[in-house]
Amino acid sequence: MTVQIWTYIMVALTFALYIGIAIWSRAGSTKEFYVAGGGVSPLANGMATAADWMSAASFISMAGLISFMGYDGSVYLMGWTGGYVLLALLLAPYLRKFGKFTVPDFIGERYYSKSARLVAVFCALLVSFTYVAGQMRGVGVVFSRFLEVDITSGVIIGMIIVLFYAVLGGMKGITYTQVAQYCVLIFAFMVPAIFISFQVTGNPIPQLGFGSTGADGTYLLDKLNGLSTELGFAEYTSGSKSTLDVFAITAALMVGTAGLPHVIVRFFTVKKVRDARKSAGLALLLIAILYTAAPAIAVFARLNLIQTVSGQPYAQMPQWFSNWEKTGLLGFEDKNADGLIQYAADPAINELRVDQDIMVLANPEIANLPAWVIALVAAGGLAAALSTAAGLLLVISSSVSHDLIKKVFKPSISEKHELIAARLSAVGAVVIAGYFGINPPGFVAAVVALAFGLAAASFFPAIILGIFYKKMNKEGAVAGMVVGILLMIFYMLKFKFGLFDGGKEAVAGLKSQWWLGISPEGFGFVAMWVNFAVSLAVSRFTQDPPKAVQELVETIRIPSGAGEATH
Amino acid sequence: MKNKDATSYWKKNLRYLGILLTIWFAVSFGAGILFKEALDAFHIGGFPVGFWFAQQGSIYVFVLLIFVYVRLMNKLDKEHNYYND
Repeated sequence: MTVQIWTYIMVALTFALYIGIAIWSRAGSTKEFYVAGGGVSPLANGMATAADWMSAASFISMAGLISFMGYDGSVYLMGWTGGYVLLALLLAPYLRKFGKFTVPDFIGERYYSKSARLVAVFCALLVSFTYVAGQMRGVGVVFSRFLEVDITSGVIIGMIIVLFYAVLGGMKGITYTQVAQYCVLIFAFMVPAIFISFQVTGNPIPQLGFGSTGADGTYLLDKLNGLSTELGFAEYTSGSKSTLDVFAITAALMVGTAGLPHVIVRFFTVKKVRDARKSAGLALLLIAILYTAAPAIAVFARLNLIQTVSGQPYAQMPQWFSNWEKTGLLGFEDKNADGLIQYAADPAINELRVDQDIMVLANPEIANLPAWVIALVAAGGLAAALSTAAGLLLVISSSVSHDLIKKVFKPSISEKHELIAARLSAVGAVVIAGYFGINPPGFVAAVVALAFGLAAASFFPAIILGIFYKKMNKEGAVAGMVVGILLMIFYMLKFKFGLFDGGKEAVAGLKSQWWLGISPEGFGFVAMWVNFAVSLAVSRFTQDPPKAVQELVETIRIPSGAGEATH
Repeated sequence: MKNKDATSYWKKNLRYLGILLTIWFAVSFGAGILFKEALDAFHIGGFPVGFWFAQQGSIYVFVLLIFVYVRLMNKLDKEHNYYND
């Protein structure tokens, strides 16, 4: 059977499974819609969190990014997993004890103010929309390559599937589909990794494989270091970013991850505080399987690519080369007209253009794995993109129906109407996300990386102070969030989009002006400290929060009597 | 009485957090970033040690940290009779 038939079978089977689960677990109340009725077991919640967490970026792009960045790619590995530790230790148990539906809910009540809630809603929507557009794009890429439909139809098919189970099932449907999606995506990621690791090193465990020797007896990493420097790239295990920048980016990603609303909300779905702690542990364990294998795949893929392509005649390239050329994600331009593919760091000589997104998807083909493995990777990429998209859509719809409509504009709304509003806003969100997936406004990819900076600069300090500093008041929190997010947006516009210096072209030249040499990706870390400082300073000069709020803080610190999530 | 109990529970909790987050910082920002180059002088198999911490070791420690935290807190909950609620 060909790859394409296998792909159709795999994708059809997994989609049928997701839809089946959605019908079986559809939501009947707002509570089921927002937090799955609060009765999800820690293991199921852990798997759902892991699937929610690992987006198209983790599955499709991350190993590819690391492949081209070498050591510098560690920022994603440490950033996205280390943030999880912060989430598990500093946020999850207390937010579960607090027992509300959404992050703006916490901010609104803890800071006893509608404006705090509105600022939080704005931040949640901004973070979620930038993120979800990237997911729909990932769906489009997978469809266009493996099913040979164009990206537009790919995105529309993806939209319909997500709509179906997010709108019907709400959090309950999403949770149980995510459990299935976790299984699909981890299997799809690990099978080719194990195959290739065994093929290259004789060791089937990829995490160990990339530290062992290849067929010629030299260590893979040494060999890759040698090849990289030969072609003019930085040494693979050293990277080229400054230590301070690596530090800042890692920190911004960690703190940003801990502040992502679609992940925080998952901890509202378990019964008890100690279940929240445990499921955070399980989730990170399940995430770590993929995250420790990704750097191994990065090494195998880079080696395979260099050895198959570099200096070889274009005419003798295998089938996968022309398949990917068709998608525009791989390109060859014969600058010196010798028919050979020159691959080098120097843009004047380099003739090969490889999009980092194809490394994971193309890797099984480059390594000549069986057709069913290649098809499996396609199904896994879709599972990763759809599960994250669904989680984000839920945050968007609950922000609108619960935080805006119910808590601000129309408090008298009935449960039934709130549920209808939630479903309608989910539909609206899917359509907007799909639009940006089809017409990515150039900057989507850039903004997705910055979504973490935005979350770090806004939510994280407000939530931490809300739990650990009883005297933090609304004036301080609102001022901190506003200053933090505006500063982050300003830095992004200035150094990522060159808005004040003549547009995109100016961006490269502005690099020398970066504050302290910190890139826009790492600036969330700085903005976070500014947020903390402003919050603390303002709260010193304004009134203490009311007694009732201070008592509320006392109660969320102890786990007893967590009760169920309520309005 | 109950209030005093809650205060000692919270203090213990903060102490655990302090210790665990110090380890968290040491393996990632410490071994994986700040001292990466010094550690790269040593090797485990084909891995330079600093590089290994950045791409593998820190993640393993993160998972362990959360499970240690879960155990410590469950024990603390039992001592303060918060466990069965």
